[in-house]
Amino acid sequence: MINATLDMVNESTTIASQPAIEIQHLKKAFGSNVVLRDFSLTVQNGENVVVMGKSGIGKTILIKCIIGLIKPDGGTLHVLEQDISKLDHRKLDELRMRIGFVFQSSALYDSMTVRQNLEFPLRHDRHRRITGNIEDHIREALRNVGLEHAINLMPSELSGGMRKRIGIARALILNPEIVLYDEPTTGLDPITSEEITQLILGLQKKYKTTSIIITHDIDLAREAANRIVFLMDGIAYAQGTYDELIHNTDPEITHFFKR
Amino acid sequence: MAIVRKVKTVFSKSLDDFFYGIAELAQFSVNVFKEGLRPPYEFKEVLNQCYEIGIKSFALVGVTAFILGLVLVMQSRPTMIQFGAGSYLPAMSSISIVREIGPLVTALICAGKVGSGISAELGSMKVTEQIDAMEVSGTNPFKYLVATRILATTLMIPILTIYADFISLIGAFVGSNIKDNINIYFYFNRVFEALHYTDVVPSFIKTFFFGFTIGLVGCTKGYNSKKGTEGVGKAANISVVMAMVGVIIIDMVVTQITSMLGYL
Ligand SMILES: Nc1ncnc2c1ncn2[C@@H]1O[C@H](COP(=O)(O)OP(=O)(O)O)[C@@H](O)[C@H]1O
Ligand SMILES: [Mg+2]
Repeated sequence: MINATLDMVNESTTIASQPAIEIQHLKKAFGSNVVLRDFSLTVQNGENVVVMGKSGIGKTILIKCIIGLIKPDGGTLHVLEQDISKLDHRKLDELRMRIGFVFQSSALYDSMTVRQNLEFPLRHDRHRRITGNIEDHIREALRNVGLEHAINLMPSELSGGMRKRIGIARALILNPEIVLYDEPTTGLDPITSEEITQLILGLQKKYKTTSIIITHDIDLAREAANRIVFLMDGIAYAQGTYDELIHNTDPEITHFFKR
Repeated sequence: MAIVRKVKTVFSKSLDDFFYGIAELAQFSVNVFKEGLRPPYEFKEVLNQCYEIGIKSFALVGVTAFILGLVLVMQSRPTMIQFGAGSYLPAMSSISIVREIGPLVTALICAGKVGSGISAELGSMKVTEQIDAMEVSGTNPFKYLVATRILATTLMIPILTIYADFISLIGAFVGSNIKDNINIYFYFNRVFEALHYTDVVPSFIKTFFFGFTIGLVGCTKGYNSKKGTEGVGKAANISVVMAMVGVIIIDMVVTQITSMLGYL
């Protein structure tokens, strides 16, 4: 009963609140190579947006701008109601704790065990996002991705799919409100891809995160996306739900849905 | 004519590279001080790096220092005896070891072993996005990875040098004892008698600069290495060359300064 009321309160505040991510006229160029020309995108709280686009078109650059790893040349970027460009070091770090980032290469720390990899983001948890026993929390994170037995292994002892899972567990360790996935299924065999897709869906449901997922994987896009955005020529070239886009006749887009 | 032009372009290119490299190092060290001096400090990681950098170099530095001390005595002994200066052998070896051989050999070995290790490690962390991963989890990589390593080399190279000096003096003692029969107390008595603080202090101070240079160059080259495994290899290679040249230049400058101050 109390829970239900709380949920209702949460629902209503969610609806009333600002979008989780608001990108306006974002620009980024490397010398003469213009990657983002005029990119705008709004992601509502709780929404799952898939970003698709050719290799090298600037998808990774886009989400690295969102988390402040890359400084854009122009445009504005609001994440969780804060203007990224106006934050000092400390504020930016605090904001980053509320965002999980799953790297394409998994980016596990080679010199650390799985346990230490998961402990690392907890080092600066000054605001106590995680309460209670850290060991239990780490075990739960590993259980979530089905790899509790790997806790003492080194990253070099893991397969590609396992590394992805640990990467996801690490990104989610601080219970972030937003999760950014960079090609979570690229380079995996179809069965492992499907497992990772199901894992992402399960975690989305369990933790009610807002997410941006970069992928070429049609199955992942269909199952995870509330909305799909096509990045091309440095702009949000087209967007819509999966069903809208498979009926789109633009050859640039039909290309992606061909198997 | 064509050759002259070619030499000219090669020369001006390497001059450009040289100044670019200096600017890169300067900018990097400014960042390191800016970030590294801001709390919270990473004491645990500094200790960890001291272990990685210092303790793991003890064997290599020790063996080399011992052999060099031994060889130094064996090679200078005949000449010194010829000039009737055989009894100065302990004094000669103690001054050359403490002033020059110990610090320089330790620094050059560590430029190779530690410098390349640091830049390869940071380089591969960079290209596999591990440094980005640290940054997004709220850890400043300049503070956690770079400042700790530079502090560790700056602290450990002097300690390794003192150790190398001792081992090298023992090597020199063994070298003297192959032909002569010297009492070890007598030998070390002569060694310490010959040493003045003007020998010890400047050569001890310069080892801090050696350590700083090795750490700074290794971190800068690794952190700024280009994408791809080739970039990492290149970074490690360049960092060894730059650190060795840097150490030798510092050695020369320190010698000049101490001689100007009348310490030589
Ligand atoms: N650090 C960098 N310096 C220069 N160019 C870069 C850098 N990072 C990425 N780029 C360029 O930006 C473009 C977009 O890269 P990226 O976002 O990684 O593509 P993708 O859409 O495959 O993720 C590419 O053309 C790449 O060459
Ligand atoms: Mg990418």
